[in-house]
Amino acid sequence: MFVSTILILISLLFVLFIQTFSDNLLFYRSPTQIKAGNIPDGYVFRVGGVVLENSIVRYEETTKIDFIITDFSNDLNITYTGILPDLFREGQGVVMRGKINNDGIFVAEEVLAKHDETYMPPELTDSLQINESEIERTSKSIR
Amino acid sequence: MFAYIGYFLILLALLNITLMVISRPLLAGQKSEYDSLILSTSKLQFPLVLSSFVCLAVSFVLDDFSLRYISSNSNSALPYYYKISATWAGHEGSMLLWCLILSLWMFLASVYSKTLDPDFRRTFLTIMGLLNIGFLAFLVFTSNPFERNLSVPIDGKDLNPLLQDFGLIIHPPMLYMGYVGLSVVFAFALTCCIYQEFKKEWARWIRPWALMSWAFLTLGIALGSWWAYYELGWGGWWFWDPVENASFMPWLVTTALIHSLIICEQKSMFKNWTIILAIFAFTLSILGTFLVRSGILISVHSFANDPARGAFILIFLALILGISLMIYMRNSSKMHDPFSFKLVSKESFFLINNILLVTATFTILLGTIYPLVLDLLGLEKISVGTPYYNAVFLPIMTPLVLLAGYIPIYVFFRNNQNQKLITYFFISIFIVALFTLISGFITSSPNIFVLLGLFIFFWISINLTFFIYRRYKDLRSFNFLLKNSGMLLAHFGLAVFVLGATIVENKKIEREEIIQLGDTVKLKDYEFTFSDLEEFEGPNYKSVRAEFIVVKDGSPESVLYPEKRLYFSSDMPMTEAGISPGFTRDLYITLGNVVSDTKWSVRIYHKPLIRLIWLGALLMVIGAILSIIFRRNEKLARG
Repeated sequence: MFVSTILILISLLFVLFIQTFSDNLLFYRSPTQIKAGNIPDGYVFRVGGVVLENSIVRYEETTKIDFIITDFSNDLNITYTGILPDLFREGQGVVMRGKINNDGIFVAEEVLAKHDETYMPPELTDSLQINESEIERTSKSIR
Repeated sequence: MFAYIGYFLILLALLNITLMVISRPLLAGQKSEYDSLILSTSKLQFPLVLSSFVCLAVSFVLDDFSLRYISSNSNSALPYYYKISATWAGHEGSMLLWCLILSLWMFLASVYSKTLDPDFRRTFLTIMGLLNIGFLAFLVFTSNPFERNLSVPIDGKDLNPLLQDFGLIIHPPMLYMGYVGLSVVFAFALTCCIYQEFKKEWARWIRPWALMSWAFLTLGIALGSWWAYYELGWGGWWFWDPVENASFMPWLVTTALIHSLIICEQKSMFKNWTIILAIFAFTLSILGTFLVRSGILISVHSFANDPARGAFILIFLALILGISLMIYMRNSSKMHDPFSFKLVSKESFFLINNILLVTATFTILLGTIYPLVLDLLGLEKISVGTPYYNAVFLPIMTPLVLLAGYIPIYVFFRNNQNQKLITYFFISIFIVALFTLISGFITSSPNIFVLLGLFIFFWISINLTFFIYRRYKDLRSFNFLLKNSGMLLAHFGLAVFVLGATIVENKKIEREEIIQLGDTVKLKDYEFTFSDLEEFEGPNYKSVRAEFIVVKDGSPESVLYPEKRLYFSSDMPMTEAGISPGFTRDLYITLGNVVSDTKWSVRIYHKPLIRLIWLGALLMVIGAILSIIFRRNEKLARG
């Protein structure tokens, strides 16, 4: 009796734990995957790409900003309100957390650009299939 | 010049330690000669590695850019103290620091192990030597800091501006002291395993070493958290970043270890369990190094990516874990390890403490490793965020910290005083609840988590106060305070930490504003006036510095100077927060982006009681040191 109660309790806790775990996973998608319709629906997820040249639009009197990211085959429109990291600029690789709205625009809750000017998030390097020279070029355009 | 000497010395150190290990089978017949050899080689190791380390530091100060490591981590314009700290800012140098600290621990272990049985001591030191070989080989063959550039650059690339900071000077050495200190505990536990015995006096001998590592780990983690708070400009003190997790996992297991060692020493129980904990604590330290240094994680720390290094550490880790678990499985069943105690007893409480700590470690391990495995298998790219850790940690940690207040006083009611125990339990709950409600009332609009944090704080503090009162009543002197001061202070430190963490996470105010020079922003009772903006030049950067005058209820409170810096050598912008620290609250401002000439977006934070987080950690460190100094009197500890 005692043992079976404990067993039931433990398995219940385990189920709760797995539930919490899977509820809090953040998936990563590239602009190409999003274009193909591969979106974890309803969920907050992460996208990454390089900020396209001349795509940044700022608004007066607010911290709102619109820009476009690319994985060099497809683009994605991003909107964000808030303070950007120091290293956010055109040509820089960025990763964002947020949701897609009904107009297909990604509403970012958080923008990450890490503290190294030649830095590329590993997810990004994979999804971009960047070769050495291309990394070289993007990092030069930043300087 | 110095670089050549340094490289030569590190090769000599590798030779020296190899000699020590291979002489064991060769000199097995001649005990006395082997004894003096093993002692002198293990003591010689430290000065050798230290001299090599000094050579590298001197090369840094002399701007020897013919070394690749120096040219990519230093710059002639860098102030000299950052040149010295740059010695361990990158991968190669930090591995040299790791080897230096490992040789220091081995030096100390060979000096202070005279009381151990000679045979036991030899095996113990040989295992330390094997670990030394592994890490030195890693240094020499995959991460040589003395490697030369093909052509000598005119100037170095510079140290990452984030790392040009006082926090970074001391954070890695402290953390490594903790990580590597666990190697002593690991080697010792493995030796116990080989001898199929874990005597009480052995547990007594090893506990200060475990406490020492634990103190250094705590200090290292706290320093890292403090550094992230003021340097990264987000005002957070813990991010559940895989790099932080990597240091937190060994900390949790070591916490379990220093508790299970008490039972080992007092009751001669939990021997197998303690050995397992020691093995996992050290392998988790190496796993931490692997995660941080292989470049597998997305993090500030993984500047250098080199698959050979990752592969080496991973194979080394697999060897250490595999071999030690094999030794464990062969020997553990032969060890006399009774496992019988009452359902409600000191032992059972310690067991619950250990189970909770290990469960917490596994939940972090899962959140850190699972995304990596999925990615390696090419299935999905995911990350596990803060909500997971918060959701999982609350139910695991709440009973744990409640136990920290309860176990110390439990000993008074052991001898069948169930009635008194229940009476005490209800009275104490009532007092704690009363204190919680009163202080919850003072805190404006507390939520359930604030109340829980307050409850835990009062629960631990009041139980510990009762502990002091009861001991004094029994003994009629305060001498016991010395012997228990370590435990009391460390547990109180935990209470202080919990209070700080819950209050700051639930009561902080964070605001993003666009503000014009001369304007005022109101936050709680504070008025922040953007009063000045000036440009100036530092040693290797230029900076825009804002001045914010803070007024509280009409009277001046403080002045904050947040900065935005641009470093010349790397063209990297950096945000320096303006912080007004205080015991009850921190005011924190960072400059965001320029909107127009005199208009900036800024973050303004009010962080109540955030200093308690690091104060709590500091109390735990002091507690650990006190327990080492005033070794517990066995009779007293039995209650």
